[in-house]
Amino acid sequence: MTKILDVQHLKINFATFAGQVQAIRDVSFHLNQGETLAIVGESGSGKSVTVRSIMGLLANNAQVKAGQINFKNHDLLKMNARDLEKIRGNEIAMIFQDPMTSLDPTMPIGKQVAEPLLIHGKATKKAALHRAEEVLELVGINNAKNRLKDYPHQFSGGQRQRIVIAMAIVNNPEILIADEPTTALDVTIQAQILELLKELQQKIKTSIIFITHDLGVVAGIADRVAVMYAGKIVEFGTVDEIFYDPKHPYTWGLLNAMPTLKTDSERLYAIPGTPPNLLNPPQGDAFAPRNPYAMVIDYQAMPPFFKVTDTHYAATWLLHPDAPQVTPPLAIQKREAEYQILLHQHQTLAQRSNVNDHE
Amino acid sequence: MGKYILKRIGYLILTLFIIATATFFLMKLMPGSPYANQAKMTTEQIKIMDQQYGLNKPVYQQYWLYMAGLLHGDFGTSFQFNNQPVSYLIASRIGPSMQIGLQAIILGTGLGILLGAIAAIRKNTWVDTVATFFAIIGRSIPNFVFAVILQFFLAFKLGLFPIALWDGFSSSILPTIALAMAPLATTARFMRTEMVDVLNSDYIELARAKGNSPWQTVAKHALRNSLIPVVTIIGPMAVDLMVGSMVVENIFSIPGIGEQFVKSITTNDYPTIMGLTILYSTLLVVVILIVDILYGLIDPRIRLSSEVQN
Repeated sequence: MTKILDVQHLKINFATFAGQVQAIRDVSFHLNQGETLAIVGESGSGKSVTVRSIMGLLANNAQVKAGQINFKNHDLLKMNARDLEKIRGNEIAMIFQDPMTSLDPTMPIGKQVAEPLLIHGKATKKAALHRAEEVLELVGINNAKNRLKDYPHQFSGGQRQRIVIAMAIVNNPEILIADEPTTALDVTIQAQILELLKELQQKIKTSIIFITHDLGVVAGIADRVAVMYAGKIVEFGTVDEIFYDPKHPYTWGLLNAMPTLKTDSERLYAIPGTPPNLLNPPQGDAFAPRNPYAMVIDYQAMPPFFKVTDTHYAATWLLHPDAPQVTPPLAIQKREAEYQILLHQHQTLAQRSNVNDHE
Repeated sequence: MGKYILKRIGYLILTLFIIATATFFLMKLMPGSPYANQAKMTTEQIKIMDQQYGLNKPVYQQYWLYMAGLLHGDFGTSFQFNNQPVSYLIASRIGPSMQIGLQAIILGTGLGILLGAIAAIRKNTWVDTVATFFAIIGRSIPNFVFAVILQFFLAFKLGLFPIALWDGFSSSILPTIALAMAPLATTARFMRTEMVDVLNSDYIELARAKGNSPWQTVAKHALRNSLIPVVTIIGPMAVDLMVGSMVVENIFSIPGIGEQFVKSITTNDYPTIMGLTILYSTLLVVVILIVDILYGLIDPRIRLSSEVQN
């Protein structure tokens, strides 16, 4: 698999009146061609800052302290503003969170969807509008031809998010960054938008970075998952590895806090405490104070990534050979057991089909 | 849209009728009489004058007579300016006032929008500070001070413009600049505040994400959205300027209407007060109508809601 985007040791600070807020503290990840990578974490964990640094759209008080973002043999962090503008909305496009506020209220939607084509000199005005119509049909705006001249307030929230998606894909971007694209929508519309994104990925062969705080959404769309906490990635792996064989206590907490049809306890679990203040990040593992499995070393030294499988890594001292063996929470154990059963079923199914093939 | 405008014009006439009525009775409540040197006049003389001008009749009869005259386009005759008909008085003096007023509002709001936009884009830099400084100066120094300064340096010292004369476009430049300072400052402040808001909105970030350069983003997306509230304040400012400024007109010897407006009130020149008030109100309501139509052109959300109403 080829890496289309490679982020290495990214560190970003924000200068505030109170001091330097260390929003991103050494983040590395990569995006493979054609896959969907979900970045999961609670508010303030640095998900949005990470993707905005890829787009070069950080706030004015942000300072990139270290790192590289490699895209097609170029380091995006070292590119000048002009060259970045050529990539934005063209090779890398972004879908925003709130469809109610992310469309220009005084511009017809046809023009807004056609805009990226015109900016990047891909088409004449007439051709661009024609292409806008096509893309709007593709994202499910009915009767797009007659709606090109309509304004955003004439559409519902779900339709507007479809229009925002149309603007992002109109140039067939190689990377599509979706920053919580379903958070502002109600649940039925959420499902439709996720379905649409999956369909589009097949059709335009793009790679997606999907930002969310909702693990339920991740399960349906992602190939791989990176879990972020306090400006760092704490665990990453394939979607099955994260959901059924998580290793980091923070991932355990997140999964535990997500109700499933099989949840039988009366109360919904919540991770105790609050995330640390990144003005003065704690020494050691930032999650330690909220971690019931914390050991002394968690308060002293930052855990490195320990390899679980070739695709699965977790930054927790629990994986150190010298660490005591702990049993994860009951709900997580059940997940693992379910996974083993699933895996077994798959294998037997595969064997059977093999046998059938031979006959 | 046509139906909407017709309806608005109906309201407009009703509004003007109410304003004329209210002004008429309020004016009659003012102390004093139109005769400036009353002390020297005998009671007989005053009686004769009252009869001649119809001022001896009860106020409601005077009102009927005045309104009946208005319907025929008769604004009455001024008490003081050589017994000129009010319509002639206004017609002969409104031209220069309106010319300077219009020039000032175009110059002032145009530069104000530009200055405000630049200040917002370069927020919290020296550019912003300088723009804010000029806006405060423009707002706090009265226009006649600017008028005198401009007159002294540009006309008297450098001789670039006529000092005080009404003869063609070049003589209108200095009074235009003097009058434009206040609307320039006001517009700039409004524009800056609004633009800062708009530049922080999601659709501006999205416009950047599409690959727009910062200036493209402003030109295509931010400017139009910032203009909506600014248009509101331009209307009344324009009317204020068009009906003339007594002091500035005096300084540059412009045969405008500003002076008459003030004089007519201090001398209880009833027909002139009425005529000018009706003129002022007509301009105001017409400009407000234009502003509302402009709104619709700038903001599609307003356009639609006004169509739904009708």
